[in-house]
Amino acid sequence: MRSRNVLTGMLLGAGSLAGTLLFRRRLARRRERVDVYFGDGSMVSLAKPGEAEPLLRRARRILELAS
Amino acid sequence: MDAAAALERLREISSQVRTAVIFERGGKVVGSTLADEQRAKGVAGEAEALLNEAEQRRDDATGEFAQLEVALQAGSVFVVRDGDRLIAATTQPEPTVGLVFYDLKSCLRDLETEAAPKQRATAKRKPATRTKKTDAKS
Repeated sequence: MRSRNVLTGMLLGAGSLAGTLLFRRRLARRRERVDVYFGDGSMVSLAKPGEAEPLLRRARRILELAS
Repeated sequence: MDAAAALERLREISSQVRTAVIFERGGKVVGSTLADEQRAKGVAGEAEALLNEAEQRRDDATGEFAQLEVALQAGSVFVVRDGDRLIAATTQPEPTVGLVFYDLKSCLRDLETEAAPKQRATAKRKPATRTKKTDAKS
């Protein structure tokens, strides 16, 4: 009986952990960001509001013009 | 392949790309899926300004700008460069990023083949020469 309770608890814990990870991944993907790739294979990701904002503004303008 | 054909092909192969504008540095529009020319020019101008700002964010990277993605709530904006030509495209939110980059690069390469067609070296056939085999023993 006790081992069954432990197993149920572990399953619940693992389930909630997986759920949290999936939720955080989805949330991160939805965040507005700029990814810049260079010819040498390097990449710069701008996600902080201060540094990414000017580029995000231009991209919003492009979406407006293209719609 | 001309710009219109390359863009038509892009629309066929990529269901994620909503609109695309091919342009050169300086803002000259080469081709566009937008019906309004002024809008296409506007997109090219904004995209060039976007990549100029992006290039300034480079830290220690030595390579030139290759491509960028701006992910927004309303959709994503892509700019891809191939030589002097660039393509700016818009997609729905959360696109398959790698696939979109691949399709946009393919579109620019389709154009490149038209701009600089590879000349095939015409191989001249050598006249067959017969050499008499001389048997050393005889």
